Amino acid sequence: MAALEEPFASGNSFIHRMDPRIRLLCAGMLTIPAALLNNIDQAIAALCIGTVLILLAQLPLHLVLKRLAVVNVFILFLWLFLPFSLPGEPLFAFGPFKATQEGINLAALITVKSNGIVLTLMALMGTIAIQDLGPAMQQLRIPNKLCHILLFTYRYIFVIYQEYTTMRRAMAARGFCPKTNTHTYKSYAWLVGMLLVKSWDRAERVHGAMRCRGFKGQFYSLAAFTTSKKDYAFLALCLGAIIAVESMGIIRSTLS
Amino acid sequence: MSHAVIELKDVMYAFPGRGNTLDGLNFHLHPGEKLGLFGPNGAGKTTMLHILMGLIKPQQGEVTLFEKTMQDGDCFDEARLKIGFLFQHSDDQLFCPTVLDDVAFGPLNQGLPPEQAKAKAMAALKTVGLEGFEERVPYRLSGGEKKLVALATILSMDPEVLILDEPTTGLSPEAKERLIDILHGLNMARLVVSHEPDFLAATTNRLLAMRDGRIRPGELKPHTHTHVHEEGDVPHQH
Repeated sequence: MAALEEPFASGNSFIHRMDPRIRLLCAGMLTIPAALLNNIDQAIAALCIGTVLILLAQLPLHLVLKRLAVVNVFILFLWLFLPFSLPGEPLFAFGPFKATQEGINLAALITVKSNGIVLTLMALMGTIAIQDLGPAMQQLRIPNKLCHILLFTYRYIFVIYQEYTTMRRAMAARGFCPKTNTHTYKSYAWLVGMLLVKSWDRAERVHGAMRCRGFKGQFYSLAAFTTSKKDYAFLALCLGAIIAVESMGIIRSTLS
Repeated sequence: MSHAVIELKDVMYAFPGRGNTLDGLNFHLHPGEKLGLFGPNGAGKTTMLHILMGLIKPQQGEVTLFEKTMQDGDCFDEARLKIGFLFQHSDDQLFCPTVLDDVAFGPLNQGLPPEQAKAKAMAALKTVGLEGFEERVPYRLSGGEKKLVALATILSMDPEVLILDEPTTGLSPEAKERLIDILHGLNMARLVVSHEPDFLAATTNRLLAMRDGRIRPGELKPHTHTHVHEEGDVPHQH
């Protein structure tokens, strides 16, 4: 959108040309069950699906890896705590902290699942241009409030960041340099408070301006969506893939 | 005289914890009229505009738009589609990913099919002289360009009335000239709020002064003053 780059939305693969509604449906269909998986084989299958989708969408791989790295920074924290906090078979120990097999398994499961889900979302949702995302979501009957929250967060997070930098610079220009003291904490608290007030005011003004142009909660798009046979085939394929992953679990539980 | 398109009667408004911002305000705008409104900061100009657009509700008084008295928030919906309101800050008005999406936003809300909305948007962009800007990102335009895009976003709705809230804020002299030229080509009734006498003189033919929440009686005609400044003997423009 206006402020954030959308490097993934500008490609020209068949995924990019697909009806955004189908892409959204597939994204939901693949990621929600994947989030509920609880064994590693199935999670690996989900990761494979995500990887295949990324390749199909022909996204620039270095950007994909860069975004994955950000996600995995959060996951790194899980690796710091999970192995040592789950009860079970001790594997090794750092002083009083014992790492358990169960903990490591769980951390691995979460890692594989999250990466699979993020890849799938990048390939299917990341490729939707933001101006199509709103109408597509509304046509799929996703609640209006959710659509608005998503779109406006996307649009204004950068504006809010800019307000922050402006204020921060104005503070620096008056000789403010952060230290560990009450003055610093107080000033930061005021900065954050002001940021909230300003964001609120701005939201009010933008909403007013939108109402003046006849906005009543519904987004319309210049793009008319059409669903081709290919799109339906893709939908069926995704459905097949997730059923396959789910049945892996069913087969496994009947075998054991 | 024909009926007023905008009429405010005895409007009172006070922000919480402050005195009356609007104090028994009366105002009317007739079809084809070009009114200028000026007054000191805090005189209640913007508040008045927001009340007549139904963005805030007056504590007392009556708002009549296109001969219909506005009862609550919902009746403004229809009237708003006929009033083009240009906000003081273009960044508040522009929120779409591309210029074309933003200019087509109003026509789409009016219920036009995408093809027609797009045609209207292109025509409006042509009126403000921004052909070829369709795919640009509004956020990254210059202040002057943003103002013109914002103007296009309301012109695309074919308004019967234009309301401009301090349209020259932050504009360079060149951008102001351009805005004046565009306004000269537009015939609908207009209300321009501005601190700049020169801009009001160029774009309106009657002036009203606002002070202490009221429009002062008596009429003022826009007129120019001679003035003095450095390097005045060098040929120059204002």
